[in-house]
Amino acid sequence: MRTVRLATVAAVTAAALTAVTACTAKSDAKGGEAITVIAADSTCETSTKSVPAGQVTLKIENKGSKATEVEIVFPDDRIVSEKENIGPGTKYTLTAEVKAGEYEIACRPGMKGHGVRQKLTVTGGGKTAERDPKLDKAVAEYRAYAQEQADETLPRVETFAKAIKDGDLAGAKKAYALSRLGWERTEPVAESFGDIDPKVDVRADGLEQGQKWTGWHRLEKALWADKKIGATEKKLADQLVTDLKDWQKRVGTADITPTSMANGAKELLDEVATGKVTGEEERYSHTDLVDFKGNVEGAQKAYDLLKPVVQKNDPELAKELDQQFTALNKLLDTYRSGKTSYDFVSYDKVGKEDRKELSDAVNALAEPLSKLAAAVVK
Amino acid sequence: MTETTEPDETGPEGSSPAPSRRALIGWGGAGLALGAAVAGGAVAVVRPHEAAASADASTGGEVAFHGAHQAGIATAVQDRLHFAAFDVKTTDRAAFIRMLKDWTEAARRMTAGRTVGEGAFGLAEAPPDDTGEALGLKPSRLTLTIGFGPSFFEKFGLADKRPAALVDLPHFPGDNLDKSRTGGDLCVQACADDPQVAVHAIRNLARIGFGKVAVRWSQLGFGKTSSTTPDAQTPRNLFGFKDGTSNIAGTETDRLKKFVWVGEGDGPDWMSGGSYLVARRIRMNIETWDRTSLQEQEDVFGRDKGEGAAVGKAKEHDKPFLKAMKPTAHVRLAHPDANGGITILRRGYSFTDGTDGLGRLDAGLFFLAYQRDPRQGFIPLQRKLAASDALNEYIQHVGSAVFAVPPGVRDKNDWWGRTLLTEEA
Repeated sequence: MRTVRLATVAAVTAAALTAVTACTAKSDAKGGEAITVIAADSTCETSTKSVPAGQVTLKIENKGSKATEVEIVFPDDRIVSEKENIGPGTKYTLTAEVKAGEYEIACRPGMKGHGVRQKLTVTGGGKTAERDPKLDKAVAEYRAYAQEQADETLPRVETFAKAIKDGDLAGAKKAYALSRLGWERTEPVAESFGDIDPKVDVRADGLEQGQKWTGWHRLEKALWADKKIGATEKKLADQLVTDLKDWQKRVGTADITPTSMANGAKELLDEVATGKVTGEEERYSHTDLVDFKGNVEGAQKAYDLLKPVVQKNDPELAKELDQQFTALNKLLDTYRSGKTSYDFVSYDKVGKEDRKELSDAVNALAEPLSKLAAAVVK
Repeated sequence: MTETTEPDETGPEGSSPAPSRRALIGWGGAGLALGAAVAGGAVAVVRPHEAAASADASTGGEVAFHGAHQAGIATAVQDRLHFAAFDVKTTDRAAFIRMLKDWTEAARRMTAGRTVGEGAFGLAEAPPDDTGEALGLKPSRLTLTIGFGPSFFEKFGLADKRPAALVDLPHFPGDNLDKSRTGGDLCVQACADDPQVAVHAIRNLARIGFGKVAVRWSQLGFGKTSSTTPDAQTPRNLFGFKDGTSNIAGTETDRLKKFVWVGEGDGPDWMSGGSYLVARRIRMNIETWDRTSLQEQEDVFGRDKGEGAAVGKAKEHDKPFLKAMKPTAHVRLAHPDANGGITILRRGYSFTDGTDGLGRLDAGLFFLAYQRDPRQGFIPLQRKLAASDALNEYIQHVGSAVFAVPPGVRDKNDWWGRTLLTEEA
């Protein structure tokens, strides 16, 4: 089930990439005949429900009384291309590069709300902008990785939640760090859904006024600092599972590009530098090194997938990154009970000098990693 | 002993496409004339239109990077300091040498008021080469001075190159050294009249160094406590006293040669024209000092607070009569006349790192002293001071380091540490 969905999504995302650069230009629409869109105050009529992939042209006319906005959108509401502020009685031609897949055309009278929508199926191969197939492969594989991490996380979170609901303090503590691993590995992707991260991974100091504290760190505090599980915690455990299921469902639709993969790798190291090395992330459980390892693994995955391109564009950088990933992993290994174990030393037992050594190793990797995106797009 | 300055306005490595700080502001070269004159101490070649310029630091000029000696030692002391000690993190000698060459190039550019690498702009997907906070600022007499600590010689098979004079400093009575503010394989002293220029320099060198070196500790200094320009007013330390009245001036070629520069034949050869740097973070008990009577303060130093004159004298520069002072007075103990002529070139800065959590100023003197041989310089002096100085009641040495400072970078093909790290040297 999952693989089928992934394949579709990968194609759709590639279309999004090309669409960004191709949108809202007047065009002779060689790819196929134009779709006529008649927008009014409560209707949105389109001349066809299916077009071949490639350049898609919308000939828009606003017959309504209010300014409108017309969009081509993905099923999850991400926008392929749009034209805002089409005045009453005016016309506009919108062009976008669109890959095969299911879309909707949305007319939004008054430029707000869900609008009136029509289905649009884009068929076949069609013409699309070219990108190094190695990069397409990297993006597709990274997307699969992100999905896999979410899929593996859910049963772990359910184990964690069950322990809480059973009032099993020791069991919950034991399951806590591992339940976060998949999230930590793919955090930049997870965070791209702006609404999920604040529900599951916010720390007390990150709360906005009026925001209710939910998620892992709220439970972390209950388990380690308050040392008790009450009715609230049990409810929060259920909520965490629900929110992460939402993540699991949506992760495949994340907007991933080779650049965002490269920058995501760097951001994971930034996460380590600002949250884990300081011991701020897991201030009650002190399981920072598990998150640390997860962040590094996720960064390395993105890099490994991009490596064939980096090796071609900047072999020196590839060499440096290989070296620094190895060095950091080797250092982290000295803090775990076994080569493949996620049983790491509690961070409150890691002294100032050792933290400095970890910090130096993070800087040594993060600096060349900041050059990855440029090497990928070169 | 030939001092050269950069040949023309395009700088040592020719014109550059990168936006340069210098290009943005035009010439402010007065500092150059001064820097060249004092750094070399011998033949100073300066541009004719600058020769007449005064030594006024406010012009924000440029100090020559190339020379027989590194700039930043005999150079007229700038107002601000950022000093950083680094540890070597790589075992790859070639990679380390590459970094030293990159550092040298960056230092050459920054001291000339230019940006690092391609500047603060460039590819949208990559972070820019230069961090950008010094854009539009003058060179501000920035000097960058490198040194190698004793622990450096345990790396890269360099043990037999360690100078005999580069001894580990002994433990002095009263020392309370914080390990995280002590030692270091390498150091870079950045001095400038604009603090942002000094901080920019260390920040960018640290960035270039990631993976090869890591900052072990660093110290900001906000006010010079010594002067190497005798005509200028002697600066005061945070105790409110003038100190270092008889410090070596940048123009005193003979005293520099005798007490500061490592001479030919001193050994090892790679250090000829270099010097040794002792750095000490000296915390001052500011609050207790401020509650001390004027009489005691003056007795402790051996001079009066207002004028800075030695006990029984009228003017600061009147020759002191040491025996008129209390036996434990700072000046009496530290003066060359009481130490068989021992003289060091002091270049320290006052520091304040905010408060210490107990409501007390975390402040003091970041002591920097250059000398030809620490065994005949700082070590015997400090032994004596640590044993008897009345000041000890108000100070504590909390950080310490010693470095071998190699000779100057000669020209645009030369690099920091070449005499140490290439076999032919």
